[in-house]
Amino acid sequence: MKNKYSIFSLIKNAFSSHENWQRAWRDPEPKKEYDAIIVGGGGHGLATAYYLAKKHKMTNIAVVEKGWIGGGNTGRNTTIIRSNYLWDASAGLYDHALKIWEGLSQELNYNIMFSQRGVMNLAHNLQDVRDLKRRTHANRLNGIDAVWLNTDEVKKFCPIINTSPDIRYPVLGGTLQKRAGTARHDAVAWGYARGADQLGVDIIQNCEVKGIKRDGDQVIGIETSKGYIKSKKIGVVAAGHSSVIANMAGLKLPLESKPLQALVSEPVKPIIDTVVMSNAVHAYVSQSDKGELVIGAGTDSYVSYTQKGSHNIVEETLRAILELYPIFSRMKMLRQWGGIVDICPDASPIISKTQVKGLYFNCGWGTGGFKATPGSGDLFAHTIANDEPHKLNAAFNINRFVSGDLVDEHGAAAVAH
Amino acid sequence: MSQELRINNNKFIDQTTRLSFKFNGEKLYGYKGDTLASALLANNIHLVGRSFKYHRPRGIMTCGSEEPNAIVQIGNDPSLTDPNVRATEIELYEGLEAFSQNCWPNVKFDIGGINNLLSPLLPAGFYYKTFMWPASFWEKYEFFIRHSAGLGKSPTKPDPDIYDHKYYHCDVLVVGGGISGIMAAKLSAENNNETLLLDDKNILGGATIYQNNDCFQIDGTHTNYWLEKEINKIKNIKNLTIKTRTSLAAYHGYNYLLAKENLTDHLSPDERKGKIRQRLWKIRAKKVIIATGSIERPLIFNNNDRPGIMLSSAIKKFIDFYGVKAGKEISLFTNNDSAYETAISLKKSGVNIVSIIDIRDKSSSKIVKEVEKHNIKIYWKHTIVNTEGYRRISFIEIMKLSDDGSGVIGKKIKLKTDCLGISGGWTPMVHLFTQSGGKLKFRSDDNVFLPDKNKTPSDQISIGSCNGDFDIKDIILNSNKDVKTFLGIENSSFDNLKVESSKEEMKRNIWLLPSDKPIGKTKPFLDFQNDSTAKDVKLALREGFKSIEHVKRYTTTGMGTDQGKLSNMHALGIIAETTGTNMGELGTTTFRPPYTPLTFGAIVGRNVGEFFDHTRKTAMHNWHVQNKAKFENVGQWKRAWYYPKNGETMFEAVQRESKAARESVGILDASTLGKIDIQGTDASEFLNRVYTNAWSKLAIGKCRYGLMLNEDGMVYDDGVTTRLGENHYIMTTTTGGAANVLTKLEDYLQTEWPELDVYLTTVTDHFSTISICGPNSKKILSKVIPDLDLSDEKFPHMSFKNSIINGIKCRVMRISFTGEHSYEINIQSNYAKHVWELCMDAGKDYNITPYGTETMHLLRAEKGFIITGQDTDGTMTPSDLQMDWIIGKKKFDFIGKRSLYRSDTIRDDRKQLVGLLTDDPKEILEEGAQIVEKLNQKPVEMLGHVTSSYFSPNLNKSIALAVMKSGKKLKGKKFFVPMENKNINVTVTDTVFFDKENKRLNA
Amino acid sequence: MFIINCPYCGERDQTEFSSGGEAHIVRPKQPTELSDDEWAEFLFMRKNIKGIQFERWNHSHGCRKWFNVVRDTSNDKIHAVYKMGEKPPVNK
Repeated sequence: MKNKYSIFSLIKNAFSSHENWQRAWRDPEPKKEYDAIIVGGGGHGLATAYYLAKKHKMTNIAVVEKGWIGGGNTGRNTTIIRSNYLWDASAGLYDHALKIWEGLSQELNYNIMFSQRGVMNLAHNLQDVRDLKRRTHANRLNGIDAVWLNTDEVKKFCPIINTSPDIRYPVLGGTLQKRAGTARHDAVAWGYARGADQLGVDIIQNCEVKGIKRDGDQVIGIETSKGYIKSKKIGVVAAGHSSVIANMAGLKLPLESKPLQALVSEPVKPIIDTVVMSNAVHAYVSQSDKGELVIGAGTDSYVSYTQKGSHNIVEETLRAILELYPIFSRMKMLRQWGGIVDICPDASPIISKTQVKGLYFNCGWGTGGFKATPGSGDLFAHTIANDEPHKLNAAFNINRFVSGDLVDEHGAAAVAH
Repeated sequence: MSQELRINNNKFIDQTTRLSFKFNGEKLYGYKGDTLASALLANNIHLVGRSFKYHRPRGIMTCGSEEPNAIVQIGNDPSLTDPNVRATEIELYEGLEAFSQNCWPNVKFDIGGINNLLSPLLPAGFYYKTFMWPASFWEKYEFFIRHSAGLGKSPTKPDPDIYDHKYYHCDVLVVGGGISGIMAAKLSAENNNETLLLDDKNILGGATIYQNNDCFQIDGTHTNYWLEKEINKIKNIKNLTIKTRTSLAAYHGYNYLLAKENLTDHLSPDERKGKIRQRLWKIRAKKVIIATGSIERPLIFNNNDRPGIMLSSAIKKFIDFYGVKAGKEISLFTNNDSAYETAISLKKSGVNIVSIIDIRDKSSSKIVKEVEKHNIKIYWKHTIVNTEGYRRISFIEIMKLSDDGSGVIGKKIKLKTDCLGISGGWTPMVHLFTQSGGKLKFRSDDNVFLPDKNKTPSDQISIGSCNGDFDIKDIILNSNKDVKTFLGIENSSFDNLKVESSKEEMKRNIWLLPSDKPIGKTKPFLDFQNDSTAKDVKLALREGFKSIEHVKRYTTTGMGTDQGKLSNMHALGIIAETTGTNMGELGTTTFRPPYTPLTFGAIVGRNVGEFFDHTRKTAMHNWHVQNKAKFENVGQWKRAWYYPKNGETMFEAVQRESKAARESVGILDASTLGKIDIQGTDASEFLNRVYTNAWSKLAIGKCRYGLMLNEDGMVYDDGVTTRLGENHYIMTTTTGGAANVLTKLEDYLQTEWPELDVYLTTVTDHFSTISICGPNSKKILSKVIPDLDLSDEKFPHMSFKNSIINGIKCRVMRISFTGEHSYEINIQSNYAKHVWELCMDAGKDYNITPYGTETMHLLRAEKGFIITGQDTDGTMTPSDLQMDWIIGKKKFDFIGKRSLYRSDTIRDDRKQLVGLLTDDPKEILEEGAQIVEKLNQKPVEMLGHVTSSYFSPNLNKSIALAVMKSGKKLKGKKFFVPMENKNINVTVTDTVFFDKENKRLNA
Repeated sequence: MFIINCPYCGERDQTEFSSGGEAHIVRPKQPTELSDDEWAEFLFMRKNIKGIQFERWNHSHGCRKWFNVVRDTSNDKIHAVYKMGEKPPVNK
């Protein structure tokens, strides 16, 4: 691979003061036509383009991004990666992703810092215990690593949690997936972009899609701020803006785009080295490699495209944090922000063909998209290249809303709604 | 204590009150009014920390919240220690202990300094390019990365301090108590506006309060004296609330702002005991006036990061406000006139100024002429090309600039200096403005981003230097004018003020100052905390990161605790220059709250500990407590879970309770179940629509069980509803679902069926419910209500009676969730505990046994009754639950009906409710365990899971309810429940285990 | 944090309200006559507009009445409020 990254290339380039590093990706003008276009240059879209080129040899393709790549939810999430979902279909989907995560830095020759530090989900009432045990058993039988921990074991795994039986909703136990963890979100976008670009994919930034052209029930191209681009295959991976794009093609989706907020604390020396999530005392927390506590919880309840939410969510999230980690009260919030998440009625994604030939949608990931990035890209690429879903994303088709065959993951999505 | 670096100054510092403090274990002295930074400087200490990546020595750089380097740990009590405190902000108190962060063993000799030697290998983003091999080593690399990252240390014990919230509504909020803020506050309050003025410092007056310079006068007096008088005038204006030590943290939409008031951080540990530490103000202002001022810019040149290199305005504040000399041989490096004010202040205080290096060709403004009178050497058209001094600056090297400023010419001059003040211009603080949705425009004259008047929300204005006015004349004129217009004021005491200032005539800006060495061999720092240099920005651009957000994230410029207050503009400037783009087109990266870091404690306020969430208790709660009940949380309610006697385990207690309820009589507090009173002429029709079964023919005085579906056909709640009268029903719901059901029903009434004459009232708390069940329940009830005819003919199962107990009205329903002969007494909650005690008394000869939720669950499971939320999970239809009988076939419609006929919903192999018996009757299944048919398949196919499981003392074996694919067809078939260490054999049975003919209802 | 002008109580802080999603989704009068597709349209499909949208809010910590709001989801600005059952106001 040209332009390979390694300690040797770092040392070599140090001699020329790092002035000879090549561009990680080009900045091309769009061609008039491509074999496929991916709308949306976030992690999922860039991963899709990478796998289309790598595994399906479709290199005459483009990723079209209205802003800067990775500037949407990929650059805003709390970086949690796990696969301990309830239903067989979801377990298959997320664990497919997790397996790819495990070798991704090497595959992309880009250090995405995948840290398998474990993710715990806590139980705070008897029904939580039943639900988490149900999930743990299902995970185990699906070949996904999951163990049930009682209160003492939770405390042992993460000593700073307040497991006192006297708090309002005491910790009754939890489930732990050891292979789960975190990664550096920006690096995932950049790694896939570099990889795709090296395979010949055109990554076109600052290019907003303004319309989708159809010839009857076949898609034939997109109108953009950089002109009209022809293609018979369009894969839309636009997260919170999915409905906006769908509307351009005359389609309606079952999505609502809501703000999801997150925040970081000032950086401190290592104090928590796993990821802990709780539904009942609603917040999740981990610590980045820079030392910042990374904290999030649920969405705001109303539709908004502002990438801002309301303050009461931040207050409620931190209230939950202080309930479980009273030592953090003197920690300071450094920065808060928001993204736009496309919420699906069953908290499961849509990776699907549509009634328009050649038009494919990958959306509805809601609050849980980052963890699936490599798997989502891989399966969506398969769906686009073969015009048929892979068996791992067959259940996530858009027709399930008509038949009623939903994949309800509200509990496992670990987000209060 | 050495006084060399102090001058006599009692105006803002109390030099009669000496305080002792410790820094890195060394005992030092300062005065009341000092900050930690001013006290350290007075003790000739500049070196306070090490930078994040290279661990280069870092010194105090500023005099405010924009400080990137002097970040210290305060205190070492594990519950009270504060990491990442800015030494320039924390006010000194007796006994303060501060420690440098991120260095080992100490700040002078830090082993991390080795990173500085390795710096060629550590450019921006180096960690993306390496640490990938071998793959298994990432965990090991990460361990070292994590330990060398992070700044201070988190507390390790719970925080004992109290934080408060305050809600405040006002007509006008003025943010910032500098000269323009004070003018605005005075004008606003004098004109009948309820006004709040906030300033983050401990006194008002901004920078003007210590200006004291002949060049700047208002109505014939120095600006500081004029302002002092104005401040005294506003202290007693009615309508004006002034808060100091209160910083504005966030400006949200609809003029909702958050401000943090520091109440005790400046007090000694003794003084602060028992006091609230911080208060978060939640403010709604009709109008907001932003007067947040501006921050001085550094200059970017080779080795511009040494301890002793400070903002020139900081040096000025240290001498004029704190009375502290930042050095003995001070140099100043500037591109504008501001540094000349510093020069005059230093000269007046007797400090030796080595030289002023100015990149401009010349300036003839008033203030420069003043400085020239003092014979201070000025090197015009020169730049600094290098500095020396590892732990404290000792020398600077200067050269002449080429005409176009891109290079240097001539000979290098080396100058000795122990402190260098730098001034690169001013950056308006527009953070709050942009947080609120305002958009910026770029003014290229002086390279500032300013509020765009045409894109400012209508309920706010910005005034003063944050609005781009840097000359005091402009500040006074424009602030006065703009505030008058904004607030509709005709006359102001600030009209016609005579203002004298020194007008700046000549500007020059070079974002990255040239050196005699190639850029690759220099270290021009942009972000002093995160160690990003101008080279890193150029590297990012070279590698294809064009967007400013990409450059920021790749180089981490502006991502430190100062959030780029000193570095953002230069980074933008260098990007613009390198890419040939207009800075105005590039824009800025997004400003996000909080403006300065906010403690979690302040954000959360009082709702911690016992105030984390409401606790709902029934009227009998204290009785349960006294009778040693254990409780479980069901939603916000505390419900008695079981009543252990004499050291019983939970299992033993539940076995005893369950037996007693069926052998004699049990009593349960069922008050938490939702109760909705329904009245109106269309009440029956309404019930028909919201329940799956038929309700029109339910006779008055009868009870019926109902199932509620969502529109997607899935069961979400259930309960018994009783017809109390012609147009009057009372509905019960589950405990957890009560609020949800009421909201949904109201939603339908108000938005879909407003034509229905139906009224809903929640009476969940109003009435309490005492449930008595068992073969002796009739005997108990007849003692408690002797006049009530309890015969089966007169009072059949599923009916109700109005009655009176000791003169108290009550309703008695014959409803059974246990399968036993049962009564539920509904009574107004004030009387409930009394009636409960009457029942207990009436039952004392019958071994009346109070039982909790666990026993209640067990007994209903013996009868195959579902618990929504436990046996259902939002994916079960009535048919799935083997309850086809509850669907009113003749009904035209009800909520959820249509969904029952969708293609997936009518499949017959869906998960359906079944009973399970274990081959070994003593083996109790785990709730949540999965059920499989074939064990040696891979992947294992899971057919369903166990939803409820108990050991039944009444059957003397374990029973369970489960949901399984095609459950209806599986009766008698055998399966496995695979646990981690064993596989349990089970057989599918009917869901009813006990008294299948329901004989016990009338026993 | 919005200020919402409840048609019954006047201006109140957002935390007193709960959001009820897209407005004017009328429950079909003859559900049995709808195909599964048409029923799915009612149950699940939403406009999810970036821009001016009509939505429902409930004053849950107040009068508990439902009403409608015209809000621009691209900047969260509320343009109008109108009672349940009323027609949306005409564009300004």
